[in-house]
Amino acid sequence: MSEPGDNIYDAEAGGHADSKGTFDEMFGRGASVRSCYDSYFQWFDGEDPKRLRTKAAEAEATFRTTGITFNVYGDPDASERLIPFDIVPRIISAREWTRLVKGIEQRVLAINAFLNDIYNRGEILRAGRVPVSVIARNSAYLPQMAGFTPPGGIYTHIVGVDIVRTGPDQFHVLEDNARTPSGVSYMLENRETMQKMFPELFSRIQIEPVRNYPRRLRHSLQASAPDGCEGHPTVAVLTPGLHNSAYFEHSFLADQMGAELVEGDDLRIVDGRLAMRTTQGYKPIDVLYRRVDDDFLDPLSFRPDSMLGVPGIFDVYRAGRLTLANAPGTGIADDKAVYSYMPEIIEFYSGEKAILDNVPTWRCSEPDALGYVLDHLHELVVKEVHGSGGYGMLVGPTSSKRELERFARKLKTNPENYIAQPTLALSTVPIFTRRGLTPRHVDLRPFVLMSPGHVNVTPGGLTRVALKKGSLVVNSSQGGGTKDTWVLADV
Amino acid sequence: MLGKTAGGLFWMFRYLERSDNVGRLIDAGLNIALTPSADGDDVWQSVLATAGALETYRDRHNTLEPAQVVNFLLREPDHSHSVMSLIEQARNNARMVRTALTREVWEAMNQSWIELGTVLQRPVKERDIQHVLELIRRQSALVHGSLHGTMLRNDTFAFTRLGTSIERAGSTARILDVKYYVLLPSAFHVGSPLDNVQWEVILRSVSARQSYLWLKQGDIQPSGIIDFLIFDRRMPRSIAFCVDRVRSSLGYLADDYGRRMPCHDLIDKLTADIDAASVDIVINHGLHEFLMDFTSLNSALGTQIEKDYRFHV
Repeated sequence: MSEPGDNIYDAEAGGHADSKGTFDEMFGRGASVRSCYDSYFQWFDGEDPKRLRTKAAEAEATFRTTGITFNVYGDPDASERLIPFDIVPRIISAREWTRLVKGIEQRVLAINAFLNDIYNRGEILRAGRVPVSVIARNSAYLPQMAGFTPPGGIYTHIVGVDIVRTGPDQFHVLEDNARTPSGVSYMLENRETMQKMFPELFSRIQIEPVRNYPRRLRHSLQASAPDGCEGHPTVAVLTPGLHNSAYFEHSFLADQMGAELVEGDDLRIVDGRLAMRTTQGYKPIDVLYRRVDDDFLDPLSFRPDSMLGVPGIFDVYRAGRLTLANAPGTGIADDKAVYSYMPEIIEFYSGEKAILDNVPTWRCSEPDALGYVLDHLHELVVKEVHGSGGYGMLVGPTSSKRELERFARKLKTNPENYIAQPTLALSTVPIFTRRGLTPRHVDLRPFVLMSPGHVNVTPGGLTRVALKKGSLVVNSSQGGGTKDTWVLADV
Repeated sequence: MLGKTAGGLFWMFRYLERSDNVGRLIDAGLNIALTPSADGDDVWQSVLATAGALETYRDRHNTLEPAQVVNFLLREPDHSHSVMSLIEQARNNARMVRTALTREVWEAMNQSWIELGTVLQRPVKERDIQHVLELIRRQSALVHGSLHGTMLRNDTFAFTRLGTSIERAGSTARILDVKYYVLLPSAFHVGSPLDNVQWEVILRSVSARQSYLWLKQGDIQPSGIIDFLIFDRRMPRSIAFCVDRVRSSLGYLADDYGRRMPCHDLIDKLTADIDAASVDIVINHGLHEFLMDFTSLNSALGTQIEKDYRFHV
């Protein structure tokens, strides 16, 4: 039996904007429901919380049976963990989405143009819009890529753009993931799980589908195949192996695309082409969607101790007989020092102002900025320039005095290793708990596919949610969870 | 298909079959140990020997206490032949070849691993053993059922069948050999009444007590049992049945790939050996010798398949 209104809404925690002015995406002032959540909330309010709790437990069981897990390094007891899933969707209106898509497309096109430029003519450097030192002294810049243009001129076949929201129309790009962004399998599985658990919601509300992603990925990769490739290009997914934290995703994507999932020891260079060992001998590969870092791709060109890659693969690549997705060396575009120049980069290549804002960023390599950062450490977020996954970062407002002091010392010793940003009041979306709905901070990673002449943003993405009250860290390695992300169809 | 994938499928089903066989052996042991005339130690020793685990067990334990033996076979952690580690190995292979399995097959395999992992986390109490064995049977049936109901009948399927059949044929040969060689080492008296306990272990450990009784109207003779387990092509765990399946799977691969490999010569030889033999010949020339020959050819065949289809670099 449903008990309308019963303890579903955690009034004490306050679903709406709190004293700090945090924007809640579901509730406006006085607990009024924002219009894109109208139909959902109507349904939710009529549901029995007990049934929802049962459903939430079922969802967890589904994830476990499906094996949607990630591996945690050095933790033998929990070598396969689930990322917690919250049953309350994050909903984005068609209008909001249209604007996001424009901004994202503009941004990824600029990133691709930037990569092409700095590995070839270097016009943006000559124009003085990005200092040469930011590129030249950067370990993410790959000299081996200089003077070479990948097939179709595409560097970033797959991009995950991390976006945070601070108000009704305030969206900021927090990070561009242009190397090997992960998380798309969660976008797909979260949706499948929601549809299985709550089919009634999907007939009641018009939601843009995400299920075409694997097919689009395959087409996009095939469209980026090298020139002179005959018939249907052969695509394979390269994984570091079973023990990699994203192994599930690698096998999931290979499976959904109908591509082979290969490891380094399945591959070899045969007659100047990359080939995989099949039951009937070696068979050539045209496009390799590699989920292995640049450094490990080829022991002959990069790290000589790498066991994950293929000796000689880089030569085949430079000879134009293979597409690597993404291209090696794209890391320079999602480097946090380069990030701070993104507004200039976008303007330089598109001739337009950036549609999506950057988060204001202090480069600690600049003495004035370093001075400001050291004085305001308690209110800033400080990140390593090459860091990812939420490791090695400082969240000023929630750190102790000792932590702040320790970090200040690190900053002074090695300033060029850090950037700082203001602590943003990330928007919240309620999660479902035993006490009802309660707000938690979220971010959003939409997934973008790029092939010659085409950019495609899948309507939705991965919403990560910080499950701890007040926490701003959404990374799964740091106790974050995920939500299904709905983009409402324009009706 | 990748060579590695073929290898993963082959071994996934070998391990699964092996775990199934250990479960069956435990079940046989429990059933027979319950009969008043049975000597418990005898029964468990023979079960351990059949599972190929007697030596490891003796290294670690002094008594043949039933719960101890059963727990050893079910969940001994650093014993690669315990049900739990076999399921784990099957599942690891399944993870590796997930892209070649339907979602149903993968989920059935993963579910087995999760559920057995939960029940086998702590020692199994005597009153819960039947429940655990039931679970092993059910989970394995689920994997096979999903395989048959959802997989394409192509090379993928052929490699799973090769794994199951080669493992099963080897297991049936071992069950017969252990009983003959270890338990009845002296002269073999054709037609003499049987030590019921021992022979019932055999029939139960291949889940064939019922079908044997249907076919032979309850007449339990050693020659009847040997004939049944080696030559009867109606019996899904007999050596001849398994060899036929290996042959048809390899035949499929030769057609599909348009190429005969050295493993095809081996399976032809195995088939010819079985066709040329009969229960009388086997008994007169030595059951043990026959089984030894078969076992070594059967495992050579497995190795040859791994080589011919490039499972490894």
